[in-house]
Parts: sequence; C-alpha cells; structure tokens
Amino acid sequence: MNKYILKRTIAIIPLLFAISIFTFVFINLIPVDPAEVVLRLWNIPVASEELIAQTREDLGLNDPYVVRYFNWLADALRFDFGVSYATPQLTVAQKLAAAFPNTLQLASLSFVLVIVISLPIGFLCAVYKDSWFDKLMRAFIFLTTAMPSYWIGLVLMWVISVKLGWLPTSGNFNGFKSLILPSITVASSYISIFIRLIRNNMIENMTQDYVHYANVRGLKQMNILVKHILKNSLHTCVVAIGMSIPQLISGTIVVENVFAWPGLGTLCISSVFARDMPVIQAYVLLVGVLFVVFNLIFDILQGVMDPKLRVGGEKNA
Amino acid sequence: MSILTVKDLQVTFKGRKKTTEILKGVSFELQKGECLCIVGESGSGKTMTMKSIMGLLDTNFTIKGEAFLDDINLLTASKEEMRQVRGKKMTMILQNPMVCFDKLYRIGYQMAETFEAHTNWSKEEIYQKSIEMLKRMQLPEPDEVLKKYPHQLSGGMLQRIMIGIALALNPDILIADEPTTAIDSVTQYEIMKEFISLKEAGVTIIFITHDLGVASMISDRLIVMNKGLIVDSGTFEHIKENANDEYTKQLVAQKKAVVAAFKKSLGGRN
Repeated sequence: MNKYILKRTIAIIPLLFAISIFTFVFINLIPVDPAEVVLRLWNIPVASEELIAQTREDLGLNDPYVVRYFNWLADALRFDFGVSYATPQLTVAQKLAAAFPNTLQLASLSFVLVIVISLPIGFLCAVYKDSWFDKLMRAFIFLTTAMPSYWIGLVLMWVISVKLGWLPTSGNFNGFKSLILPSITVASSYISIFIRLIRNNMIENMTQDYVHYANVRGLKQMNILVKHILKNSLHTCVVAIGMSIPQLISGTIVVENVFAWPGLGTLCISSVFARDMPVIQAYVLLVGVLFVVFNLIFDILQGVMDPKLRVGGEKNA
Repeated sequence: MSILTVKDLQVTFKGRKKTTEILKGVSFELQKGECLCIVGESGSGKTMTMKSIMGLLDTNFTIKGEAFLDDINLLTASKEEMRQVRGKKMTMILQNPMVCFDKLYRIGYQMAETFEAHTNWSKEEIYQKSIEMLKRMQLPEPDEVLKKYPHQLSGGMLQRIMIGIALALNPDILIADEPTTAIDSVTQYEIMKEFISLKEAGVTIIFITHDLGVASMISDRLIVMNKGLIVDSGTFEHIKENANDEYTKQLVAQKKAVVAAFKKSLGGRN
C-alpha cells in the first residue's frame, strides 16, 4: 500500500511540470506586449519607445523564454508569482490570498449542499425506482442539466432577491445571507449529476450476486440497502465526489461574476480583461495543481478503502 | 411427514410487451430428512421454483398455486415473515461463492450479520457460533478466517463458509443451487463429500443440479424439470430405466455413455 502511494505521488511530478509549461506557453502566446499593458494600466498617456523598452527591461521580458520560464517556475515554487500589473502595490500572492477564502466559502457550502441533497435523493430514487418520486426527480435532473448555472443564478436573484426581497442580490456584505444564493446556484448543476450517479450506481449494485445472497440470508432490507448497496456504490463514486471539489473551486467563475462575489473567479475575469498576466498565470497554475492534487488524494483514498488493494499482499489462503 | 408441499406452482413474468410463463404448474413434496434432487437444463425453471417459494422474486412476477413449509403459507406470507424464514428455516447455498460475499466486509462480519438478523445472541455467542461452524466445515484456523476479506479466500473455502452459514441456525430445509458448478473439480469432490455427510446426518436437502452424475451420488428422490414442468420423478434407478421425457432420456443416455467410457478406460469391462 505504501509503495502504491509513493508510486502515485512520484507520478504526478512530471504532470505538474507539464501543467506549468502549458500555463507559461499559453499565457505568453497572447498577442499583447506585457510592457504596453503595464504602461496602460499605470495610466501613462503616451508611451514612448524608450519607455516601453525600459519597462521591458525592468520586467525581465528581454530574457530568452526558457530563462523566463525557469525564473517564473523557481519563484512560483516559493509562492512568489510577482507583482500584479493592475495594482503594483499588491503582489499576485496577496491578491490570490485575499480572494481564495471567499471562493473556498462558496465552494464548501456548495459541496455540503450537493452531498446533503443528492445523497438521500439518489438513494430514494434507486430504492423506489420507477415510482412517481423517481420519475419526478428524473424530470428535475433533465431540466437542471439543461439550464446553465448563470441563468439559474439570474432567475434566483430576480425571484428571491428582487421580487421577494429575502436575500441580498450580490456581494458578500451580509455574511451568511449573501452566501446562500450563489451556493445554491453552484450546487444546482452538481446536484443533478450526483443524484444520477448515486442512483445508477445503486441500481447497478442491486443486481449483483452479493445482494442476492444477502437476501437469501434473510438480512433486513434496510441493512442491505445502507450497509451493502450504498456503501459499495459510494465506493465507486468516491473519485467523482473528490474531483468535484476542485471543479467546484474552479467552476465558480461564472457564478461569482453573476453575484459579484469577490472570489478567485471574479479576480480571474477582471485580470483577463485587464491583461494582468501574472495573475492569470498564477490562477491557471493554481487550478491545475488543485486538480492534480485532489485526483491524487482521492485515488489513494479509494485504494485505502478497498480491502483488495489494502491487504492484497497477504493472500495466503 | 412432509415438510414442504408445493402444489401447482405457476410463475409468469410480466415484461413490458409480453408475458412469459416460466413455471406451468409444478407440484412436489419433500419429506423430513430426505434429499431431493432437481435436475434440468438451464432455463428449465429449477432455480425459479426455489426463488418463488423463498419469496425472492420481485413484483414483475406473478405467482399462483400453493406452497407450504410446515404450516407457513410461503406465497401469502408478508415480506417480514418471509425474511425470517429465509436464512433461518430455509437456507440456500449459491453457485458462485466468489461473488456472493460483499467484498468490503470481513467474513466474520458477514457471518455475524446473518446471525444478528435471526437471533438475539450476544457478540460473544455469535463469535462462538461462527468459530463452531467454521470448525465443523473443517476450515483451518477459524479465528484467522473470520478476519479475512472474501478476496483472500479460495472458492472452495468460501463455499464451505456459505454452507456453514446455511447450517448454523438448524434450518428445516437446506437448498443447494448448483453448488458445484463454479468450482474446480477437486474442490467439487470435497464439497460433494460434505453434502453426503450432511445427508447422512439427517439434514433435509433440496439439491439443484444439471449433472445427473452428481444427482445419482446424493439423491433419495429425483425430479427432472424441462420448460417449466416436472417431466419425470422417482428414484435415480427408476428414472434411469423408465424415463418418459425426451430430455430425461437424453440425460440418461449421456450418463450411461460417460460411465461406459469410464469403465472401458479402466479395464475394458462393461
């Protein structure tokens, strides 16, 4: 088992390397001269040739690409992503650190909502397959899958905040109240995915021989459903559930912008509009690393949960 | 004294478009201490008969007829009553032991949950019973076996554990659904020895198989099923000489041919 963990961990190193290269290359392929961007952002009206050349020199843009890449990578490993072009008084790390907790709040509440809502519904849909409840939920899944989350967000905002006035429309000035609508919006698309995942996994498990044998042994129905079928289904869902965490963190971009939530997504979009390259670069790298790390964690977790992998080495019977 | 009476059992499957008759009137009786073999090819309704009297069919099936275990009406009993019958009064051994246990739980847990479902024994009593059954099934180091996961044990061992679970609560009837089909021939031989000694110990057994040879080893009485009907019944000797149905004749002929070939290879005497 330890060997397995070590092997998986070593395997992500080249992957992280590749992510950093792609991030660097794609951002530098943007046909904009960073020096001009900087001067524009600093509101320097007429940029003379000498000034642009000077700025280029200051930003280290005249070095060869390879040197720049390794400089950037070495700094990134120390969480130093340079200074934001848009706000020279702040480093990129500071900007990310300010935005990240907000996104984390949003993603966590969404994750909790997804699990709390989809687990019982998926369970009931599987148990009462083809009942009116299951059919209703299937229609609901179909509908929510077809509705983009920014649209759901706008509808919620209009009905609940504007018409009914129950919750604030946007921003994060009202504590928990402000968090509710964005979280529901982010969660909505994942809820239908997970209901379907859990339902189908459970239905698939119900036809397995171990369930038949559990019935033959006269176990109580609730025991079979929860301890055997549900546990086995969750077992196969664990990676999908784990991977939804980085997806939630990165997937808040659109919703954050709809609700003017000052998280990573809003930061990313405003940086894109400002061509604030160090911030975009850092954001892309961060999200890439999140995906890889979460994938690793949940792969290992699944291994730990599977007795076959966990105690596989000592087969002696 | 007959312990199980099945009268004119009919099972139909209602699909989306058509309904299929699976059992078309099956009747038989089982005496206490008897070993009844049900022989037939795949799809002849052997397993279906057992599933229907154990209440293991879902609502897509309609069941008609009568089935009594002592005085319990198996076809009208509630779900909870049937649950209590299954695993306690009627126990069953399935054909593929490798996939019948939940791979996420240790053997000890799966034995214990079965006993918990039917008794109010303490943890200690359950543990003692588990050890006792594993010893009775001649598994080495029973307390180690309890700590194993299914994938750590061989098919033969899992089959023995299954038999152990089935016998633990002194069932009225032990149903064995092709218990030797999915395991290798050496283990098959050992498992058959196990069944023969169970039979000698007076356990009432229904033994389902498609192998007439196996049936001849263990049966007191034989039922041959084909296409949802009982086509022949009686002792093995009786059926061997007086087969009515084409299918039975074919089975007997095959069996005789195998025996002839075997004897020939041993010494040419027939």
